[in-house]
Amino acid sequence: MRIQYPENIKIIGVPCTGKVDVLHLLRAFEKGADGVYVVGCLEGDCRFNSGNLRARKRVEQAQHILESIGVGGERVQMYNLSSGEGPRFAEIAVEMTEKIRKMGPNPIKISKEKNGCMI
Amino acid sequence: MIVAKQKPIEEIIEGVRDYEKILIAGCNECVTVCEAGGKKEVGILASALRMYFMNQGKNMKIDEVTLERQCDHEYLEELRKIIDRYDVVISLACGAGVQFMAEKYFRTRVLPGVDTCFMGVTEERGVWSERCQGCGKCILGETAGICPISRCAKRILNGPCGGSTKGKCEIDKELDCAWQLIIDRLNELGRLDDYEKIIPIKDWSTERAGGPRRVVREDLRL
Repeated sequence: MRIQYPENIKIIGVPCTGKVDVLHLLRAFEKGADGVYVVGCLEGDCRFNSGNLRARKRVEQAQHILESIGVGGERVQMYNLSSGEGPRFAEIAVEMTEKIRKMGPNPIKISKEKNGCMI
Repeated sequence: MIVAKQKPIEEIIEGVRDYEKILIAGCNECVTVCEAGGKKEVGILASALRMYFMNQGKNMKIDEVTLERQCDHEYLEELRKIIDRYDVVISLACGAGVQFMAEKYFRTRVLPGVDTCFMGVTEERGVWSERCQGCGKCILGETAGICPISRCAKRILNGPCGGSTKGKCEIDKELDCAWQLIIDRLNELGRLDDYEKIIPIKDWSTERAGGPRRVVREDLRL
């Protein structure tokens, strides 16, 4: 298809989105990611029955934590699409990139750079 | 198991705001099973606190450890060599673990990271409910294995009361009437005649009403 999507997106493959833990999402922000989104299979289509439903719950938990600590819960999102939806994948990548650009960089990253802190 | 729930992160932040070196200590037992204070929750809390304070421009030292248990000397001893490196410990163990750590390390401030709720069971993933109040004199043998002390709002020994309607308790339409459960189970067991037996007045001195309790087994002491 050769569909283009923003180059700022780094893809981390997992066997199922059910593998994604709250801690994985938080660590990404701790390390300086501006936004993270989890792309799972369509709800009801999980090969392991509930992997993508678990992932959604974990994304919601991470949103709550990020909101509480002033990073912004909107920086982490969950999307569902099938493996045949390449154009939709690219659309989501653009949508998420624009959303995060509007929110600005991760405040943790700015603070780290300003204070010269190492994590 | 002892069931606990995580304290709101805002409350934990307020408690440690004035410190610089923090140890977050999890427990591998009950609080791990009820997903409130195990290794994973320690990692999540540590990450959240690091980010919060980083965002505030404060470079805190936040370390993580998860002990096998916090209610036994031998595991708490594992902290002896490192505890002086920290200003405060956030213990994610139940109230027993938090207190035992505070007793053992008298000069270190220990803060609870969870609210300890009750002794109970996992009904399903994410749902826990109370089953035991540790009254010190178990009567489950007489009540078809269903505890009226922990599961009846009034803790009555010869029920049900007038607040039981269609098998539910008057305090909550979702809550089963413990005495309805007892009668149903006695019926299933073919022991409904036992329901006619009056349970005598309970000796509450073995419960918390009798003051803090101890169990001493001379046959085990060295």
